[in-house]
Order: sequence, then C-alpha cells, then structure tokens
Amino acid sequence: MKKRKSQKKDTLSLVVDDVVYTTYPNKKYQQRKPYAPLNPKIITSFMPGNIQKVFVKKGQKVKEGSELCVLEAMKMKNVILSPADGTIKRVNIQEGDIVSKNHPLVELQ
Amino acid sequence: MSIKQKTLDLKKRMQSAIQGGGAKAIEKQVAMGKMTARERIVSLLDPNSFHEYDLFVEHSAKDFDMDKKHLPGDGVITGTGTISGFPVCIYAQDFTVAGGSLGLMHARKIGKIMDHAMKLKIPIIGINDSGGARIQEGVNSLAGYGEIFYRNTQASGVIPQISVILGPCAGGAVYSPALTDFVFVVDKISKMFITGPEVIRSVLGEEITMEELGGARVHSEITGNAHFFSESEEECFQKIKKLVSYIPWSNKKKAASFPKKAPKSKQYRIDNIIPTDPREPYDVRDIIKSISDDSEFFEVQELYAANMVIGFGRLNGQTVGFVANQPLILAGVLDVDSSDKAARFIRFCDAFNIPLVTLVDLPGYLPGIDQEHSGVIRHGAKILYSYSEATVPKVTVILRKAYGGGYIAMCSRHLKADFVFAWPTAEIAVMGPEGAANIIFRHEIMNASNPEETRQRKVDEYKQKFANPYVAAAHGYIDAVIEPGETRKFLLHALEIAEEKDEKGPEKKHGIPPF
Repeated sequence: MKKRKSQKKDTLSLVVDDVVYTTYPNKKYQQRKPYAPLNPKIITSFMPGNIQKVFVKKGQKVKEGSELCVLEAMKMKNVILSPADGTIKRVNIQEGDIVSKNHPLVELQ
Repeated sequence: MSIKQKTLDLKKRMQSAIQGGGAKAIEKQVAMGKMTARERIVSLLDPNSFHEYDLFVEHSAKDFDMDKKHLPGDGVITGTGTISGFPVCIYAQDFTVAGGSLGLMHARKIGKIMDHAMKLKIPIIGINDSGGARIQEGVNSLAGYGEIFYRNTQASGVIPQISVILGPCAGGAVYSPALTDFVFVVDKISKMFITGPEVIRSVLGEEITMEELGGARVHSEITGNAHFFSESEEECFQKIKKLVSYIPWSNKKKAASFPKKAPKSKQYRIDNIIPTDPREPYDVRDIIKSISDDSEFFEVQELYAANMVIGFGRLNGQTVGFVANQPLILAGVLDVDSSDKAARFIRFCDAFNIPLVTLVDLPGYLPGIDQEHSGVIRHGAKILYSYSEATVPKVTVILRKAYGGGYIAMCSRHLKADFVFAWPTAEIAVMGPEGAANIIFRHEIMNASNPEETRQRKVDEYKQKFANPYVAAAHGYIDAVIEPGETRKFLLHALEIAEEKDEKGPEKKHGIPPF
C-alpha cells in the first residue's frame, strides 16, 4: 500500500452538503475558471475571427439592431448588431484585428 | 515462364512493395522516434503470426499527376494475426508512403479488413499514423473516411475495436478512433486534433504546440479521448496485449478464463485500508487489489477524471469490470467527467458479457457553477442510464459513504443490481449527517440558546441513527452486511450464482441515452 501522507500539503478541503472532506484535486479541477456573470452592456465575439469593418465610434448613439461591426469567422461575414438602444462607451477593436472567442468588442453606456 | 521464375517474380514484387516509402522515408520515420508500420504490427502480434492481404493494392487517382505516382499498398498495411493466441484483424497506416494519407483504395483496404473482423467476430486493431485526407483524391478521400466511420459504428458492441495513435491523427481522421472502444496513445508521438496549430495561428493568432493542443497527455488527462497512456511504443504494445487478454473476441463470447489466484493479502490488507472517518481519503485501488485475483488491476483512463476508477480484474479467473469511487481525488464525487467515464465503461462491459463489480464510497455529486453549466444533469444521467440498462451480473459493495443521488447512481438495488452488500462502515443516507441535521433541525438550531452546541448534538444524533447500513438493510435495499474480510468470498459466490443470468430488457430498436 502506498502511503499518501507525504502529499498532505497539496490536499483540498472539499465541501459537499456541509461536510468537509480531505482529498486531492485533479488537473482539470485546478484549471477550472471562476464564473463571471454576463454583462449585457458588453458585446463580445461569439466565436473567434477577424474584424472586417467597424461601423461605430465612441459617443455615438445606437438603436437596438444597429450594425456595430463585421466579424468574419469560419468563412462567414457576421454582422454584429446592438442588443439595445444606447450610447457607445468604448470600441475595443479596429478593422483587421483578430479576436478570440468572448473578446469584448463594443461596450454600451 | 516456369513456376520457379513466376515465384521469383512474385518475390521481387513483394520485396519492392514491402519497402513502403523507401529507405529515405523510413529514415525520417525513425528520426521522429517512431517504428515503421510493419515493425509495429510485428512487435504487437505473436511471432510469425501476421498474414498480410492486399499488398498489391494501388490507387487509381489521375488528377494532379497522381497517375505518375506509385504508392506501395496505398499507404496502409492490413492483415490478420494472433495476440497471445487470440485472433485479431489489424491495420497500420504507413506514414512513409505519402504521409500515410487516406485515399480511396487506402480506405477500401481498411474497410475490407474491418468487414473481415465483423464476419469472423474477432477484434479489430487500427494503428493510426497519417497526415490526413489525400487532398489530390478530393471527395473520394472523404468518402473513404465516411465508410470507415459507418463500419466503426456497425461494429460497435459486436466486436472490440482498439485504436492506437502512433503519429498524427488529425481532422476527420480522429473520428474513427473516437468511435472505437479503446484508444491508446504514446507520449510525444500521438497527436490528435480537429484543427491543428497552424490553422489556430492563422485564424486566431494564438500560438500553441501540437503537444499542448492534442498530445498524449492532453487526451489522457483533460479530454478523456484516450484510455491508455504509455511512455513508449513498446510499453503501449504490452498494454494492448494485456487488454486483449481481458476482453472476449466478440459479444457472443465470454472473456477467456485464467487460472484462479488468491489476492496478495499480505500486501493489501483489506481491513486496514479505509479510515473509519468518512471524511478521510484512501486509495480505492488498494481495495480492488485486496479482492482481485493475484491483486491485479488493469486500470482504464487512469489519468482522466481520477475521482472515478474503472478497469479490469479477475475473480476466480474470470474477467470483471470494476467501477469504484476514488475518495483520494475530489472525495470520489460524481461529476460531468467521472459520470461520462464510468457510463461508457459500463456499456462496454455490458456489451461484451463482462460482469460489473461496483465499489461505493462517495458524498454525492460535485457542487458548483461550472458543473451545473457544463451539464452535470445530462452527463450525470448517463451513469443511471448505463447501470439500469446493463443486464450482465451486477454486484455492488458499499464500503463507506453512499449519500443521496450518489447512492442511487452507483448501481443500487433500485437500478437492479443483482446483489448489494455493505460493510459495517457503510453510511447509506439521504445526505451527509451535517447537511441533513442542518436542514431537518434548522429551526431548533436557530432558536437554541447555544446553536453550535445544539447543531453538534443534532449531527451526532443523526449519525447515530442513520449513518449506518442497517436502515437500508431493514428495507431490504442491502442483501447482506458483510465483514470487509468476507468481500471476496461474497463476490465469488454472487458471480458464480449469477453466471447464467439471462435478463432481457423490453424489445426496442434502441434506447436514447443522454449523450
């Protein structure tokens, strides 16, 4: 039988139904990301791609459905629309930028 | 020509075809730290047992100057042979011939040997080492993949299918291994991905190496695509041989039986493994080894979702599939990955007549936002589905904790386990004592003059009354409360009694498991 006592320092205290268990984490558990709630004011890229066109500037007023930018991804030109009426607080992208998934593109006030 | 001359001519043709991509390409293969396709087959199979077919198959592509190219065997070696006397069909892609690329005839050879395996009802082993589709052959190459996937699916649950990734396996090619039962990978040699680092760089501007993206470790630890991780090709072949000894040739047969051997009871003392405090960890594999023949346990997916342990062992010389919670990792909880891992293994064992022995010690399902959002409901349901569906003998031993949903899921009586045994250390309850007391006595604790003291008293009361196997035994949910030292005896008897078990589910085309 292997003695695991020497590994004590890496232990994880896992709480299930108010009981604290002494155990060890696995790699995936260590790599998990904390939850961040969605901010409806920040429009993010739904998939990775490159920014072909940007239609809006800081301070510009937009309506729900206004075109914000074109995200080319997987050989498709996707027009990103504003989800609500508002004023543009920040534009985080320039034409030609390569963005990853969930990259904040445009922020509304 | 005389027969002698014709025979000489045949020998010359064979000699030339066997060279594959030629000396230079072989040199390159060796420089990459890889064996050639032929060497691989020879080292895996019993000496002199390999018989090759379709050596003279050639492609008939014409576009892009393909008509001027001669590709020996079209880049794949196929045949039959034996492993420790067990017959197998085998193919190995030859990277030295056009990068092992898959063209129409290459795919037809693979399809043909798979058809053989299906007809003969023997396992199929595929060694993958290929740059992917042969682009010059266009849509014919895609057709080739599709026909392999179709055969993989038809063969699923009929004959064991083993994939060995010994080189690149990229794009559509990954889906044949993904459809098979066991995937073997070797460190620094195996590479599997849908889109490679170059596409990721050009589309996303993100830099990642092949190893980090889809190396052997990634698939063994993170994705769960691989089942067996080895440091070298030689080690990998040893593991394949071992696996073949544990599984039957087809779903119509039972796995071969071996001479029975007692466990190494001095090394694995079943009475001394588990701490009585249910919050303390231990290695459940030591319990398995204290039960199994010769204390042997052949673990599957050792590095992936290690909070669940699955693998093969023998009891009285007969193969059984062990499924056990591992308190050492994440307290042995059920989560998305561990449910998925166990469910697939249970279905393999059920399809191939391998009895299931389940060892239970878990606090329940893992709480957390990431689990809920990753679909722990849907994935967690897989384990319920596969245990309920399985008709092979199912024997469950509850070692310690069996709380809530975890108790039900781990092959409880309610999912039609044939026998459920519990150790005296078992705690079969709706949830852990602390959680239960906090809910049931909430008002009493809140209104007490000393809430902490009251809480502790209530927890102790609950433990006293419910944290044992006897409440469940009183309802008949447990067949027997047994001493740890009697576990093997009870298991051997249960499996002997259940040997001719012939249970059939209701007639249907197929169920709809929560994929």
